Amino acid sequence: MVERLTKSYFVAERAPGLLGAMKGVIHRRRRRIEALTDVSFSLARGELLGFIGPNGAGKSTTIKILSGILRPDSGHVDVDGLVPYDDRIRHVARIGVVFGQRTQLWWDLPVIDGFDLLRDIYRVDRAAYVETRDELVAMLRLERLLDQPVRQLSLGQRMRAEIAAALLHAPSILFLDEPTIGLDAPSKLAVRRFVKRLNRERGVTVLLTTHDMHDIDALAERVIVIGHGRVLADGTFNSLRAQIVAENPDDSDETASLPIEEVIARFYHLHGASEA
Amino acid sequence: MDLARPYVAVYTARFLLMLQYRAAAFAGFLTQCWWGGIKIMVYAAFYRASNPSTHPAITLAQVATYTWLNQALLALMPWSCDPEVALAVRTGVVSYDRLRPVDAYAYWYARAAAFMTARAVPRAILMALVAGVAMPLLSFRELSWAPPPSAAQSALFALSLVLLVCLASAFMMLLNIAVVVTLNDRWVSQSLNPLLVVLSGSLVPLALYPDWAQGALFLQPFAGIVDIPFRIYSGNLAGAFAYGGLALQLWWILVLVFVGRFWMARVMRRLEVQGG
Repeated sequence: MVERLTKSYFVAERAPGLLGAMKGVIHRRRRRIEALTDVSFSLARGELLGFIGPNGAGKSTTIKILSGILRPDSGHVDVDGLVPYDDRIRHVARIGVVFGQRTQLWWDLPVIDGFDLLRDIYRVDRAAYVETRDELVAMLRLERLLDQPVRQLSLGQRMRAEIAAALLHAPSILFLDEPTIGLDAPSKLAVRRFVKRLNRERGVTVLLTTHDMHDIDALAERVIVIGHGRVLADGTFNSLRAQIVAENPDDSDETASLPIEEVIARFYHLHGASEA
Repeated sequence: MDLARPYVAVYTARFLLMLQYRAAAFAGFLTQCWWGGIKIMVYAAFYRASNPSTHPAITLAQVATYTWLNQALLALMPWSCDPEVALAVRTGVVSYDRLRPVDAYAYWYARAAAFMTARAVPRAILMALVAGVAMPLLSFRELSWAPPPSAAQSALFALSLVLLVCLASAFMMLLNIAVVVTLNDRWVSQSLNPLLVVLSGSLVPLALYPDWAQGALFLQPFAGIVDIPFRIYSGNLAGAFAYGGLALQLWWILVLVFVGRFWMARVMRRLEVQGG
């Protein structure tokens, strides 16, 4: 599905202070940042894959390439026979995406109006839309939020509405970029339960990134760890733990019972992957 | 019908949303009354002081109507980029725009047209009541907003008005794309505004410039936003000249849409969406 992706950005740099600012007017310096150096993996239909890594590791960049927003510098992506960034319009019609840090619903419109607008934008058949919408509303308990403008929802309420918004056109693949960021415990649990159900009952393929290891623990059978723009590990969570245990043979008992967050932190450290 | 559905939907949603800004419409209307009044008094003084034996290219009554129309439909001028696009670019929500299975140019174009027309309609109605109904009743007939001289001229104006909206939206799209490139919504429009004000005929009707400049002024793209439609309305541009004006508007729409689409495709190929 994904082969040898690379993507780099240029970051404008400037020396601090007044002198630096004046220099910057005359001569601009740019530094190349390698967001992805070599990312390859494949994903089967109906899988639920967790994508973790330190901040700045390239998780979001990968999701943006997979969803057709960005174009990689090199490498190749194939999602169900389509290249996302070349066949953008056909590709995005069958995926759903939620960026936890941004909102896709119209700030000043009531939730239901935003849903109706998405129905028309995705050209969803009206009868099918009503069915999907009512199901999502029931599953995510949105009944009482539908008439409220999006700007007046709490973060947890908004996130549930965002997830529903991404699924109104019944996509077969769902990308979730930090869907639980900033949510309280009950909202997190609700989101996890919903994602699991969607994957189990509908067979929706889910790729999710998160910094909350409990998301991974609760949801993903398979985890990809990404750091420095490359894949550091690809397997079950227990295989990560096994790798940490192997590094510390002396106190393997203690390592084996470490909390999940500690395991991940040690794993990042082991690979020198913590953010610069 | 299904082809146009997303664009009609975003147009309608945006139009209805923009109509809610009543205070802004009213404030804009008052300012425009004030400016319209001042400009028309200047023209009246200018016409009375000029040599009565010369035949002006446009009469005082026509200039008055032209000025009121311009003030009433000031919101149909591409003063700046679409604020929604500027915000989306700043916050990264532009990612979500890329996720919609629609033609990206048409999607923004429909929203730009909705933004401009929704702002123009309430202001134009208020202005018509004051300058078109109240002023003649108060015996300022020569300086009021007069109806078109004939049914034929009205029909031509209706057509020209539609082309005006299309042309102004195409201009706004160029500003939108410039904002995506520069990430700055201020300087782009500020550097274009002086050109817009002068060349559209908003500052002074183009017919009042020297004879040697008339050909070039008529042919340039900005004339289609103010001068051509409003001179058709007042009957100053009739017959073959009116048809020529309409053809020019159409020509510039095609050129600007073509340029905009080409530029947007290029810009979107190397889009960068950073952070999160």
